[in-house]
Amino acid sequence: MTNPQAILKLTDVHTYYGNIHALKGISCSISKGEIACLIGANGAGKSTTLMTIFGVQRASQGKILFNGKPIQDLKPEKVAALGVSQTPEGRQIFPRMSTYENLEMGAFLRRDKGEVQKDLEWVFSLFPVLKDRMGQLGGTLSGGEQQMLAIGRALMSRPELLLLDEPSLGLAPKLVEVIFETILQINQDSGTTIFLVEQNANMALGISDTGYVMETGKIVLADKSSVLLESEQVKKAYLGE
Amino acid sequence: MDLSSFLLQQIINAVFLGSIYSLIALGYTMVYGIIELINFAHGELFTAGAFIGVIVLTALQQMGFVETHFVLTMIIVFVMSMSYVAVLGVAVEHVAYKPLRTSSRLSALLSALGMSIFLSNGMMLSQGVSDRAYPQVFGIEGIEFMGARITNGQIFIIILAVALMVGLQLFVHRTRLGKAMRATAQNKTMARILGIDIDQTIRITFMIGPALGAAAGVMVGLHYGAVRFDMGFIFMIKAFAAAILGGIGSIPGAMLGGLIIGTIEVMWAAFLPSAWKDVTTFTVLIMVLYFKPSGLLGEGTTEVRV
Repeated sequence: MTNPQAILKLTDVHTYYGNIHALKGISCSISKGEIACLIGANGAGKSTTLMTIFGVQRASQGKILFNGKPIQDLKPEKVAALGVSQTPEGRQIFPRMSTYENLEMGAFLRRDKGEVQKDLEWVFSLFPVLKDRMGQLGGTLSGGEQQMLAIGRALMSRPELLLLDEPSLGLAPKLVEVIFETILQINQDSGTTIFLVEQNANMALGISDTGYVMETGKIVLADKSSVLLESEQVKKAYLGE
Repeated sequence: MDLSSFLLQQIINAVFLGSIYSLIALGYTMVYGIIELINFAHGELFTAGAFIGVIVLTALQQMGFVETHFVLTMIIVFVMSMSYVAVLGVAVEHVAYKPLRTSSRLSALLSALGMSIFLSNGMMLSQGVSDRAYPQVFGIEGIEFMGARITNGQIFIIILAVALMVGLQLFVHRTRLGKAMRATAQNKTMARILGIDIDQTIRITFMIGPALGAAAGVMVGLHYGAVRFDMGFIFMIKAFAAAILGGIGSIPGAMLGGLIIGTIEVMWAAFLPSAWKDVTTFTVLIMVLYFKPSGLLGEGTTEVRV
C-alpha cells in the first residue's frame, strides 16, 4: 500500500490500556486534502486511535507517519507543533476561560498575530454564535456551543490535519447537520485534511471521501465512503437498515 | 484612644497581616491548582526567603548602603530573596514532585512532608536554632490620622503586597504563559494537545508561588524584627487555612481568604481574649467549609457539560 500523497499513515499500530489490548494492529492511510472517517460501535477503539496518533496514548508497536515523518514516539505537544490538531472526546473546553481565551489557546504555538486574527474572523464566520459568546466562560456554554468552540479552537492552530472525535455526540439532530456542513466547508475552504471519528455512520460516510470501519480494536473494512454506504455489511450493522 | 480610632487601628493591622497571609496562601493555591498537591514545603520556602532577606540586608547595612540607597536596598533584598526561593521551588518540584507525578496522591503528599522536614532541618543546621535579628530599617516613623497610626514599614509592605498580587493577576490573565498556566491547571491533556509544554508551566508555577512566599517571609522579618528556622510553621497553618477558606485552586480566593483570616485574628485579639484567636480562626474555617465545602470562591462541581 503505497500512497505518495499520504499525510497520515498508520502501520500495524497496537495500543494497550494497562492490560487491555485496545488497538490490535491498525493500519490506514489518509491522503492530503481528503475527509476520512472512522466509524464503529462504542468501545471499538476509535477514540483510542486518535489519542494514539496524538501521542497521548503510547503505541506499544507499529508506526505512525505524518508527512512521512515517524511520530509514534513524540509527545502530544510535539505532534501539535507539526501541524496536527484535535477536538477530543468530550470537547475538553477550558471551563474557566472565556470563549475568546479558549480560541486564543488554540493558536498557542503561533507567533503570526495578523494571520491569527484572520483565522479568528474565519472561525467566527463559520460559527457566528461564538462571536456573541466571546466573553462568556467556556464552562457556561451549551453543549452545541462547546462543540463549535472545540472545533474552532482546533482550527486556530491552522492545522494540516484535523482530528475530530464524535462531533455529533449529544447534539440535537438539527445541530448535527449544521456541524457536519461546517466540517465539509472547513475542508473546502482551507483544504485541511480531516480525520473524523463517528458513531453516526450515515452522516460521517455522507461527507467523507474514505471510510474505515472498526470493530473491537481492528479495522475490518476500508473503502471509498460511497462504496461503504452501499455495502450490505455496513448497512446492516451501522446504518440501521 | 476612642473606639473609632481603635477600630481603625485594628483594620490597618488586619489588612497588614491579611496581605501577608494572602501572599503565602497564593503559593499553596497555585501549586494545588496546577498539580493538585498541597506543597507542605511551602512554609519552609517562606522561611528560606526570610533568611536570604536577613543575610542580604545585614550585609548591605554593614556596607552602609541602607542609609544612602534605601529604595535600591529594598529592591535588592526582595529580588534576591525571591529569585533564590524561585530556584529552590523549582528544585523542590524537580526532586520531590516531578518523579511522582503519575503515582498516587499519597506518595506525592508524603514526599512533600519529607521535603518540608528536609528544608527545615537544613535551615536549622545552617542558620542555627536561635532567633536571628532583622535590621530595623524602617524605624518607628509613621503617619497618624484619626487617632490611628500606620508605620512607614507597614505602608511599604501593604503596597508591595498589593502590587505583587496585582502583578500576578495581570500575569495569569494577560500573558501567553499565564494563560498557558491556567489552561494547564484546568485540563492538562487538552493543554498538551494544543502544544503547551506542561512541564514548563508547572515549573513556572513553582517559581512564582514560592517567590511570593519569599516576599512574605522578608516582610515578616522586616516587621517583626526576627526570623527563626521554624517560623514558617504558624504562618503556613494560617495561610493554608486562608487558601482553603477562599477555595483552594482559586487565586482571588487565596487573596480573599488571607484577608479574612487576618481580620478574624486581629479583631478577636483586639476585643476578646487573645489566647482564643487561633481557635476562632479555625472555627470560622470549619463553619465555612461546612456550608460551602469548596471554599468561598472555589469551583464546586464539574462545569463541563456533556
